[in-house]
Amino acid sequence: MEAVPSSPQSEDVLSPTALRVLANRIRFSAMTMTNHSGLGHTGGDLSSADVLTTLYFSGALQIDPANPTWAQRDRFIMSKGHCSGAFYSTLAFRGFFPQEMLGSFMDPLSKLNGHPDRNKLPGVEANTGPLGHGLPIGVGAALAARMRKENWRVFVLVGDGELQEGSNWEAAMSAQHYGLDNLIVIVDRNRIQQGDFTENISRMEDLASRWRAFGFATVELDGHDHAMLLERFHSLPIEPGKPSCIIANTIKGKGVSFAENKPAWHHGVPTAEQLRAAAEELGIEVNS
Amino acid sequence: MSSTTLPQPHTASVEKFDCRDAYSTVLESMAEIDARVCAVVNDSVSSTKLKNFSKRFPDRFVNVGIAEQNMVGVGAGLANGGMIPFVCGASCFLTARAMEQLKVDLGYSKSNVKICGMSSGMAYGQLGPTHHSIEDVAWTRIIPNLSVIVPADPVETSEAMRFAREHEGPVFLRISRMPVCAVHSKDHRFLLGKAPVLRHGNDVALLANGVMLSRALEAADRLSLAGVQARVLNMSSIKPMDETAVLDAARTTRGLVTAEEGLVAGGLGGAVAELLAIKCPARMRMLGVPGVFAPTGSAEFLLEHFGLTADGIYNAALELMAEGK
Repeated sequence: MEAVPSSPQSEDVLSPTALRVLANRIRFSAMTMTNHSGLGHTGGDLSSADVLTTLYFSGALQIDPANPTWAQRDRFIMSKGHCSGAFYSTLAFRGFFPQEMLGSFMDPLSKLNGHPDRNKLPGVEANTGPLGHGLPIGVGAALAARMRKENWRVFVLVGDGELQEGSNWEAAMSAQHYGLDNLIVIVDRNRIQQGDFTENISRMEDLASRWRAFGFATVELDGHDHAMLLERFHSLPIEPGKPSCIIANTIKGKGVSFAENKPAWHHGVPTAEQLRAAAEELGIEVNS
Repeated sequence: MSSTTLPQPHTASVEKFDCRDAYSTVLESMAEIDARVCAVVNDSVSSTKLKNFSKRFPDRFVNVGIAEQNMVGVGAGLANGGMIPFVCGASCFLTARAMEQLKVDLGYSKSNVKICGMSSGMAYGQLGPTHHSIEDVAWTRIIPNLSVIVPADPVETSEAMRFAREHEGPVFLRISRMPVCAVHSKDHRFLLGKAPVLRHGNDVALLANGVMLSRALEAADRLSLAGVQARVLNMSSIKPMDETAVLDAARTTRGLVTAEEGLVAGGLGGAVAELLAIKCPARMRMLGVPGVFAPTGSAEFLLEHFGLTADGIYNAALELMAEGK
């Protein structure tokens, strides 16, 4: 077994306060990208930014951007691949590829597709975009770690609307059956999907009870509270012998008042004027 | 696999064999020498003939239950973790039910996963069209990066399995359940993108794979008695296809007969026609299932029903000969 390095990212372990500031930079980066492309999923970018920032900048994930295919790395699978603005920004800020590349989001022949491609960008573990793909892949990867008697873990970030795809529950059954406590599912519970509020489309509550019924040790927390996220991500699994599920209660469009909790911002994109207003709310200084 | 001595090269044996025995034997022998080899099934332990594998390698045997989308995704995840998964299940469900996973998790992602579509074609004849897998070649062939192989007999099944382990990238292996004649000698080596010439001849060309290959050889024997020298190509590698061999057959013979246990549209016949239409239009006869759901009946009955026999190939070849050069 390959030795785990002491801490490949020790210089990038941030405090909750610093995480909050960085998450807002990632939010603004994602909005800049969707403004540039005229396409994207701004609402989910904003709801998932705090989870992504805490995973990548608190030492929660054992990763090495200089060696993105390091065999012992923790795997992070962005199952809600449509929120690529936040995901790409996080990877770039973490050093997987130059931040300048973010400016090519969805341009012709860009490596930054609307949805992630593992063969184009370092740090992407799985090609996602169609929903319900990340968790089965995560189960397979967690099984691989076990077969190889290795200690790395698998984190999968899913959307809440995404859970309407049955493949997630197929995978959840396997995760329970094999007792995969090296698998952590994080649900970005922003309560809005493309067409409407989730509860108006296909009721999901009581979501925590559903995950518990499928054998997951499950907790709910505020998905925008960096201190809580940090504490939870550093004390996993939730229960030995069981897969973990963290339901991160979030607000779609979080941090930008005109986008918050509005279904239209699922794939709404900001105008230049809205981008300036967002910068002010997020505390970003924009060079004019 | 039976210990019976295999016949001389390229003559169909009288005795018939179940290719699944070869596949499961080889999977176990590969697992012995390569700790990355593992298996994923969807409950069908006995029909995939992996009972012995599950006993010998319980830590590398994953049963996801009746859940094909999950099954293929799990395969992609295992590959991400450095394993070489062989994902095995009834081809009708494995391909159709998990189509988007085959496209995205395997083809688009270039994941190193081997898909073994068992009981393919019309092996489950009596069970009806829900359980026939006559569409699987068409569905898999159109997915970029996914290699598609239809072995003809136990030796070629074993060789294709060994090839799949060594090949970096996704592979679909269509494995028959129908007993088949052996046509290859033990020293046969499978090569992706190559169509071995099993019989030489310049009058007509017979292009076949899977259960149809021995029937093509039988048809060639009978054509020879009738004074027609037929070339027989083994088209086990449907994708990539041996374009050189197919184009040479089109240029040097009076026409080509394709024969497959599945839909002609999108299958071997379709693949050959696509190539010839652009590079060398030629006369063709395409034998297979002609765009219908098959009726109920045994596999042998259904092959007869659709003219997928040595007789059918023989007659199609004579038709081409009658049309002149």
